[in-house]
Amino acid sequence: MIRVEDVTKRYGAHTAVDHVTFTAEPGRVTGFLGPNGAGKSTTMRVIVGLTPPTTGAAHVLGRRFTDLPNPGLDVGVLLDASAQHGGRTGREILTLAQKTMGLRAGRVEEMIDLVSLTESEAGRRVRDYSLGMRQRLGIAQALLGEPAVLILDEPANGLDPAGIRWMRDLLRSHADRGATVLLSSHLLHEIEVVADDLVVIGNGRIVAQGTKAELLASTGTHVRTRHPERLAVALQGAGVVVHQRDLALRADADPERVGQVAHEAGIPLLELRTADGAGLEELFLELTADTQREGLDHNPIHAHQQGAAA
Amino acid sequence: MTSTTAAVAPQATARPHDTTTNAVTPRIALPRIVGVELRKSFDTRSGLWLLASIGLAALVTTGAVIAWAPTEEFRYSQFTLAIGMPMSIILAIITVLSVTAEWSQRSGLTTFTLVPHRGRVMVAKAVSACLVAVAATVVAFAVGALGNLAGAAMAGITPVWDQDLADVGYFALGIMSLMLVGFTLGALIRNSAGAVVAYMLYAFVAPGLLAFLAFNQPWFRDLRPWVDLKYNQDALLNGGLSTEQWSQLAVTTALWLVLPLVIAVFTLRRSEVK
Repeated sequence: MIRVEDVTKRYGAHTAVDHVTFTAEPGRVTGFLGPNGAGKSTTMRVIVGLTPPTTGAAHVLGRRFTDLPNPGLDVGVLLDASAQHGGRTGREILTLAQKTMGLRAGRVEEMIDLVSLTESEAGRRVRDYSLGMRQRLGIAQALLGEPAVLILDEPANGLDPAGIRWMRDLLRSHADRGATVLLSSHLLHEIEVVADDLVVIGNGRIVAQGTKAELLASTGTHVRTRHPERLAVALQGAGVVVHQRDLALRADADPERVGQVAHEAGIPLLELRTADGAGLEELFLELTADTQREGLDHNPIHAHQQGAAA
Repeated sequence: MTSTTAAVAPQATARPHDTTTNAVTPRIALPRIVGVELRKSFDTRSGLWLLASIGLAALVTTGAVIAWAPTEEFRYSQFTLAIGMPMSIILAIITVLSVTAEWSQRSGLTTFTLVPHRGRVMVAKAVSACLVAVAATVVAFAVGALGNLAGAAMAGITPVWDQDLADVGYFALGIMSLMLVGFTLGALIRNSAGAVVAYMLYAFVAPGLLAFLAFNQPWFRDLRPWVDLKYNQDALLNGGLSTEQWSQLAVTTALWLVLPLVIAVFTLRRSEVK
């Protein structure tokens, strides 16, 4: 279990993490979601004792990380796969960790097999590794001590689709056997498929947290029409709160009600369905809007709308 | 790749269901950390090259002494001191890198999460540096002995053995002291290039300037032994220190080694490993 209690971290006038409180439970994958620079990494660094918090405290398995006698046996940590000495081989890096933790030498080869690094790759210097290989090595290092807690910062970065799938299965099976898994990502869809619980952070503050089921529960109706302004007015007239974007509206009412209003107003619809996860998606887009200068083109719904408009 | 990766996932670990901490686990013992740090000094390509260059430099300097030193000067101390010169530089660089790599190469992210007590890691690094100094002393005196025998044989003279066990101790202490200067600079600067340059300034540029100053300014000539650490370290390598020289060594060590080291460790414990 990981418990973060009211952690704040300030760098001069800048507040990187602002009164963050959450718990990652054993047996569950907790997704730590937020745009780049939201404070995910800083929070994780506070958890593993690399960065002292300005106020608050973090506990892993009921203790401060720095009070764990041999942390590698309790907590597998991967904060940055590129933070390794480039002149060492992958195998050597694992051997150093194995010796530090006092594990039997055989663990190193087991981990190399587990993460599917080949014999020649394991003997190559990390300087010559691709980001995907570094991630695999980092995962191997994190799992070396058979820890009950895993803390992984953006572990899917640089992995190919098969690697992402593999990582997801690995974390799932780990949590299913009782481990606490905390992983961060800046991609909602990446974390949506594996997480049981979500903690969403933006500008250092937690903006949403709960089980995935709660957060992704239907939050209204997604409706598209060629006359969004008219429909918005009609819905507002019926007392329904609407959020408009291009041809699409999200209405805080069930689809039947929205369909009824549209019918009465004589507005033909292009699409009408329950807006699964749209609330979280909107929230996340709002969070990322400030940092994503290139606009929202990565958003599938948006792309879809443009296609429809064209 | 897909088939292999999918197949191995379930056998990830054996103990994750145990969600309580390993309360009975003993704390990682310092000797184990020292062992790991020792290994880290030589397990990179640059580490291996530096290690190889110690042996190489010992052989080259021995050869140089035989080739160019006047035959009547062949004696044991001449060989060991000649070997000690390049050796101390290479060892100091190894020590610098063992500290700075944690920041420059960012391996500290792993080191300081596996052992979340930077003070202990730094103690382990310092101990490992001292062990290396002892091993290097053995190498210097072994190669020096061979050089002394070979030189005497070539010159047709009886080898002169002018070094006793105390001189071995002086030599080891001198090398250690020079390595700890590298350690301190590494801990203060925490950047490989910067700290290596700083050591070079300390070992080569500063002594020349101070010697020049002492040559021209009589007042500094008397003061120098009390403020110049490198001056005393060179004396230490030569051995046979007087009581006054020990005092001078103690004063300069406190000023230029202990004090900066305290500051370095204090700032280092609070620094961010990015």
